[in-house]
Amino acid sequence: MLDLWNNLHPLVQGLIKGLAVILVIFPLAGASSLAERKVSAWMQGRPGPNRAMVPWIAWIPFLSTFLRRLGLFHLLADGGKLLFKEEPLPGHVNKLYFILAPVIAMMPAFTTVTVVPFGAYLTGSGEMVPLMLANVDVGLLAVFAVSSLGVYSLILAGWASNSKYPFLGGVRASAQLISYELSMTLSVVPVFLWINAPGTAGTMSLARVVEFQSQPGFWGGTWFVFLMPVSAFIFLVSLFAETNRQPFDMAESEADLVGGFHTEFGAFKWSLFFVAEYSHMLVGSGVFILLFLGGWNPLPWVSLADLIGGLHRLTHAAAVVHPLFVGVLSIVIFLVKVLAMIFFFMWIRWTIPRFRYDQVMKLGWQRLLPLAIGNLVFYALAIAFLQKPV
Amino acid sequence: MAVIPLTRKPLSLVERTYVPAILSGLKTTFKRMFRPNDTLEYPEQRPAIPPGYRGVPTLVKDPNGREKCVSCQLCEFVCPPKAIRITPGTVPEGSGREHVEKAPQAFDIDMLRCIYCGLCQEVCPEEAIFLQNQYSLSGYTREELVNHKDRLYELGGTLPDSHYKWDKKKAAAEAGPAH
Amino acid sequence: MIQPAKPDLVTVNIDGQEIAVPKGTNVIEAARLVNVDVPHYCYHPKLSVAGNCRMCLIEMGLPAVDPATKAPVMDPATGKQKINWIPRPQIGCGTNVSPGLHIRTTSPMVKEAREGVMEFLLVNHPLDCPICDQAGECKLQEQATAYGRGYSRYIEEKNVKPKRTQLGPRVTLDDERCVLCSRCIRFSREVAKDDVLGFIDRGSHSTLTCFPGRQLENNYSLNTVDICPVGALTSTDFRFKMRVWFLKQTNSLDPESSAGANTTVWSREGVIYRITPRRNDEVNDTWMADSGRVLYKQVRTDTRLTAAKVRGASATLAAAVSAAAELLRAGGVAIVGSGRSTVEEQFLTRQLAAALGGVSINLVSRVGAGDGLLVSADRNPNVRGALVTGLVSALPSAQLAGLGAEIDAGRVRTVLAIGEDLAAAGLTAAQLAKVSVVCLGTHANPTSAAAQVLIPTLTVFEKSGTFVNQQFRLQKFAAAVPGPAGTTDDLAVLGQLVAALGGPAAADLAGVWTRLAAAVPALATVTFANLPETGLLLDPTPYAALPFVEGAGLHHSPAKA
Repeated sequence: MLDLWNNLHPLVQGLIKGLAVILVIFPLAGASSLAERKVSAWMQGRPGPNRAMVPWIAWIPFLSTFLRRLGLFHLLADGGKLLFKEEPLPGHVNKLYFILAPVIAMMPAFTTVTVVPFGAYLTGSGEMVPLMLANVDVGLLAVFAVSSLGVYSLILAGWASNSKYPFLGGVRASAQLISYELSMTLSVVPVFLWINAPGTAGTMSLARVVEFQSQPGFWGGTWFVFLMPVSAFIFLVSLFAETNRQPFDMAESEADLVGGFHTEFGAFKWSLFFVAEYSHMLVGSGVFILLFLGGWNPLPWVSLADLIGGLHRLTHAAAVVHPLFVGVLSIVIFLVKVLAMIFFFMWIRWTIPRFRYDQVMKLGWQRLLPLAIGNLVFYALAIAFLQKPV
Repeated sequence: MAVIPLTRKPLSLVERTYVPAILSGLKTTFKRMFRPNDTLEYPEQRPAIPPGYRGVPTLVKDPNGREKCVSCQLCEFVCPPKAIRITPGTVPEGSGREHVEKAPQAFDIDMLRCIYCGLCQEVCPEEAIFLQNQYSLSGYTREELVNHKDRLYELGGTLPDSHYKWDKKKAAAEAGPAH
Repeated sequence: MIQPAKPDLVTVNIDGQEIAVPKGTNVIEAARLVNVDVPHYCYHPKLSVAGNCRMCLIEMGLPAVDPATKAPVMDPATGKQKINWIPRPQIGCGTNVSPGLHIRTTSPMVKEAREGVMEFLLVNHPLDCPICDQAGECKLQEQATAYGRGYSRYIEEKNVKPKRTQLGPRVTLDDERCVLCSRCIRFSREVAKDDVLGFIDRGSHSTLTCFPGRQLENNYSLNTVDICPVGALTSTDFRFKMRVWFLKQTNSLDPESSAGANTTVWSREGVIYRITPRRNDEVNDTWMADSGRVLYKQVRTDTRLTAAKVRGASATLAAAVSAAAELLRAGGVAIVGSGRSTVEEQFLTRQLAAALGGVSINLVSRVGAGDGLLVSADRNPNVRGALVTGLVSALPSAQLAGLGAEIDAGRVRTVLAIGEDLAAAGLTAAQLAKVSVVCLGTHANPTSAAAQVLIPTLTVFEKSGTFVNQQFRLQKFAAAVPGPAGTTDDLAVLGQLVAALGGPAAADLAGVWTRLAAAVPALATVTFANLPETGLLLDPTPYAALPFVEGAGLHHSPAKA
């Protein structure tokens, strides 16, 4: 099977990979939106969406009621609605850029997915091979570089709308992203200082970070969240800001900017922004998990290899060590962690009120940035002290 | 007015990071997820209407089936959004109610305009118009949402009467002058 | 401030305010001059004083003089002359002013007296305000707010009296509401000179009724409804039609005769509900004839013209005006103006005649019997307006015999009829068929049926303008309601006709008045806006030689004219 895949033309491979990204991210984003509605409802003492139903399933007793109460079919209903709604194009907008903005929003969202490893399998020699669509050496750097492009879509949307609230939203989004990009980048530098021994060829690969957290022994299996809690904290806060999530959703800020950058957007164009936001969240969560929460390792100090080894010792089944099983298991573990992160995003959103814009700027420049620099200096000194050059 | 200056307790360093506050907030919302819902699921469940509720304005009859409105038009006058429109009319002789003299020929309440303020009920000297329990009102056309006299009486039904003012008046007139 | 006493002025002190009033003024009128309201029911400024309602009780005092020396007694506390207050209240309506009279209208005794009177008046009152037409303009309601108790101490059965008595063809009486003020009786006797009303029975059982075999059916019967301070007398026509607080009041004039009674038109949302007299002491006091009150019914009738027509086919106003102008330009034109048109319209008619050149102008006179009051013999309200504006120089005749002869002779080929029915004015159908008729009218009639060009216009109640009444008093009236769709203001139509025939461009009312003032020396200083509501008396001497048909009426004697 692997041969078949390897024999395919690179273009066809790329096409299949691209389709896979779309087919995974779109449903995940949709599911996230439903989860968002449900979680917010539960936190507010409401049942949440619980009306939509498909006729054939309605005939099944109990299950149909359960699914209806769960609001599962609202996903279909919402998707259908957004697809078939009239596409309004306000008369005062710059039409080309207005239509371009949501398309551009999708690009970084989908592109970053490709360089994020989402699982691994073990070769016969016990070597871990990460699963990712595009194995680029620069790894995290690519994620940062491409995801930063996402802000262009917001600025473009705000500017092309030719309307004051969207414009304000776009301006806020750009200023906010610039402010938090710095802290975010600085916060991950200690991680890479740590995994790249001085004097050796370094890497920015995310898979390498996971690998580092999968080593045996106490220090080897320690997730970076325990090793570098301040870095993790800064990265998490910046992540919220970068994804424009509450309490940092200055770009939308419906209380003072109507809908922010997407005020003039509707129907499918609007839903593209929506999907982009959720895929940013997904990618962001993935990166956070890879960096600080051990990637596809099930528990701290218990690596994937340990788990497989343990299972094999218990069952002695050959299937357990089969790369396919290991790969699927690692993906499941990773996905569970990502979904937990997504829940955390929502949890924060429905708990903390939105900051004022000046507070956002103050937090970014006067609190997080000095903290990130101090953190970097501290770890740089600590690492220099601990890891003497060989 | 006396001004009472209040000084806020200065925040400690930990408090100033807001982390404890955020954590306690997270705890609250998380616990809230497992509490039962407060929602009233409307079409299936109906709210209990408290006494004094102001629903759709209606016209009522007294227990003897007499139409109480005498078309004094005070409600029309007091109505802030001008939702009420009355065409006054004369009660014809020989109808048994000619001592009331006046009754509405037409009585329209435009429910698209009504703001349910209840001033009509408050101002009515004959206790003929009441905002009762109907709260769910919908229609497909504007005309449907103009309640005419027959519809208003149908909605209003009969309410108890503590005066029977006009019946007393008729009895007095039939008894004749006291001298 | 004490004003220097003129021989016919008397200085009185009302609630501490000094005012000089003419001798013979009663306290209610004197108090009115210093904006002090003395409540009353039976008193009416245009009727004799009866003094039977007792509502206008006031406290009265005169400066003290020493009986022996006739020297003023001074009050050492104030340094002014001491006032001897009469210990019991007096009625304001029956008390005429005398020098140095002091009046208190707000003292506790006065308030208590008024509250007592109010309570007695309401003892037998049925309190059926919800169905009472007087509600909103009822003196009982007004005074009860200031002097009523708010609740009744009367636990006995109230009196029962006849309700819905037809006093006459136009007046319905509810005896239970009557406060026995006798205004209606005095009006019938003193003004209408038709003494048909009176009280029967005694005490609480007193009842207003007509004399046996008589009815309140004179042409002024509805004035009793106007002056009734309560809801006892109601107009059968207006009864239960609309509450008065919804009605918009517009100052208007009674167009039924040259008496020019001032009126108020009461309308709501473009519908007129009633017409009542408006006080003008120089013209109609506070009265008007019943016949003038039903004229509003002509506003909404089936015969109302609402579409401009050219040779029977509907046309736009512009098309109708140009068709009319074409007919008029062809020559052989006779204009039939109207004594019912306003001064402004008559002036435009004159301009139209001037623009055409050499046309004959005819007016139609309407003469009936004058009743010596407010219906004069000349039933055209504005014949004098035609004289003042120079439209005509002689009084019109009833029949258009001269015009008929001209038509028969073929000298007149086009007749412009402005608000007049040519058939009613004596032209035969054959004569009408012989000429092209341009008709400006409000209602369908033989003339409008025969018209080549028909332009629907407005009634008196839908337009603004001025009339000159029998006293040569220039009076204005305002539009009470808008005209029905399809009608146009006469002024606009005439203005457009004049413009189409080469005259000055059409103008609005104010613009017409600017021209009118320039063209007519007698009106040189007048504009529509500055014309007082009570009218402006013009100089009648240039027309003294004309044989006006009016006899004597209220505030009008022919010898004066």
